[in-house]
Amino acid sequence: MISLLRELTAAYGPSGREDEVRNVISNKISSFVDEIYTDTLGNLIAVKKGRENGKRIMLAAHMDEIALVASYIDENGFIRISNIGGVNPYVAVGQRVKFHNGITGCVCYEEKITDFKELKLDRMFIDIGTSKREIAMECIRPGDMAVFCGETIEQNGRYISKALDDRIGCAILIKLAETVKDCPNEVVFVFTVQEEVGLRGAGPAAFSVKPDIAVAVDVTGTGDTPECRPLAIELGKGPAVMIKDSRTISHPKVKNALIECAEKNNIPYQLEVMNMGGNDAGTIHTAAGGIPTGAVSIPCRYLHRPCEMADKNDALNAVKLLEAFVMNPEL
Amino acid sequence: MHMVRRLAELTKIDGISGNEKDVREFIIQNLEGKSLKFYTDNIGNLIVKGRSDGSSKLRVMAAAHMDEVGLMVNYITDDGKLKFSAVGGIDNRILPGQHVRVGRDKIPGVIGCKPIHLQDKSERGSAVNIKNLYIDIAAKDRENALELVNTGDYAAFASEPVFFGENRIKAKALDDRAGCAVLMELLEEVWPFEFYACFTVQEEVGLRGALVAANRLKPDIGIVLEGTTCTDVPNVKEHEVSTVMGKGPSLSFADRTSLADRGLLEHFAKTAEKEGIPYQWKTTVSGGNDAGRIQTSGTGVRTLVVSVPCRYIHSPVSVLDLDDLKNMHKLVSRALHTLPGALGR
Repeated sequence: MISLLRELTAAYGPSGREDEVRNVISNKISSFVDEIYTDTLGNLIAVKKGRENGKRIMLAAHMDEIALVASYIDENGFIRISNIGGVNPYVAVGQRVKFHNGITGCVCYEEKITDFKELKLDRMFIDIGTSKREIAMECIRPGDMAVFCGETIEQNGRYISKALDDRIGCAILIKLAETVKDCPNEVVFVFTVQEEVGLRGAGPAAFSVKPDIAVAVDVTGTGDTPECRPLAIELGKGPAVMIKDSRTISHPKVKNALIECAEKNNIPYQLEVMNMGGNDAGTIHTAAGGIPTGAVSIPCRYLHRPCEMADKNDALNAVKLLEAFVMNPEL
Repeated sequence: MHMVRRLAELTKIDGISGNEKDVREFIIQNLEGKSLKFYTDNIGNLIVKGRSDGSSKLRVMAAAHMDEVGLMVNYITDDGKLKFSAVGGIDNRILPGQHVRVGRDKIPGVIGCKPIHLQDKSERGSAVNIKNLYIDIAAKDRENALELVNTGDYAAFASEPVFFGENRIKAKALDDRAGCAVLMELLEEVWPFEFYACFTVQEEVGLRGALVAANRLKPDIGIVLEGTTCTDVPNVKEHEVSTVMGKGPSLSFADRTSLADRGLLEHFAKTAEKEGIPYQWKTTVSGGNDAGRIQTSGTGVRTLVVSVPCRYIHSPVSVLDLDDLKNMHKLVSRALHTLPGALGR
């Protein structure tokens, strides 16, 4: 798992520029599936055929990660920025970021800011070490995107990395494709684009796949750190079966089937009830005339930071849970 | 009719979101004699099939929205004043003192508020609250007002287009009659693919028409022609200037509703550079437009937004540079003609 995760998180993949991640996944998964293709928006769709009369199950994990986008380059070569997805300015300060072509930048802010409430991305910039617009423009153009740097490590049974959101979901689906054999149902693994900017890839993918059932596999926040907001999700207590978030109320059939699978197979699980956030389920469940949809979420601390942290066993248990789910002949 | 002349005519028409009929009819009139197929869909979008030489199977949808921001009467007071709400995004502070046309009969009105000497200190210091504004149509009382207008009636800015400076126009509704004017011009050409010109409705209230049109047309490519913000004005920091007037049409890499397709973006930029057409990047990642709904329609559509910079957008006095408009037409035309074959994947 760790080597797979390392390879996936090392790939550059801000929303709309998922090519590198897609290539990694495509290479890993193609020998385990019957059909694989990329759709118009860039979603990677891998189909593993089932038996006749089986259901078609769509499992979705998003390939994209949050990023900073170069909006304007000033005469001294400083790059002004905006956000692609939920980038917190406080988190971005002092980070190293990397562009598509390997150019590394330092994220800093206008020094006149004394009150951190004033810290907004439009008062911040990326410094790539050039001192002239013309030189900076040779490697960076407006619209180019930079992602956080942050190597992937495994320590005390936990993974720490940038972009665990949602490369860990991608890793789980790849592992699942590898594991599942003689499945009664058809499983369509969909690696989606542009989740972080508004769940944009998943809906169109669902529209073309037209599954009978769908499950989004993504990360979710936890409530297990000092003085944090109360949230009944903890690292290491198992994958979470989503009840609701701000974009979706899980379909009872899907939710109950997932819970039943966990109970039957003694897989630890938690229940996710969120008033905020959203994942690909949000645009899948309303696509193509409506699709019964749920989600399996991997508890993850420090979301949208370069040091996202998740538990190894939660990830492995998610693979087990999803395997039991797709192998169920009575869905 | 010349594109610039046509733009001026288009801005004379009132077409607030949900009431685009007059704009649509003007465009249809201008299609006369061109033997183009067109229809109006259920939500009011006008869809015109352009001429094609059939050399590529690509389906291209180009969209410009017909609707403009404006006001809607929601209550008539006993003394015959019209209370109203905004349709689309309007800066309340520009409203007092405006001339408007209310309802089907275009009853003249002015927007009034309590005179400054009667306002208390807090009212003077704070932004105008739309609740404290009203439209005065010189009615004696409620009954008299009801003979002329009703709740639910639209009120449009009464602003006529004026050419000024060397090469500029000031008018209402440049967003997005500018896009409509360019799109009408594009219908003069023969395309190497299936081309659909979509004049959409209800963009300003949430990109509603474009979704319906895109779901029906199922295009491969969506090009959105817009009027966009232009903030090259005093007291704006250089990196917060979204577009600069006179520097050509802008290409958007992202806004809050869509991300540009990389292939399209590069093709348009390269075309501009090759043909020597001025263009600029829209440097702010704010706002949204029809591309947001087109991109995620059906099984997904590759989209790009090309805009003409408009100062004082969403006001009765928006301003655009006519060279920017002409260059926008030129860029879109040239880039589309070379589109088949230019896109990978």
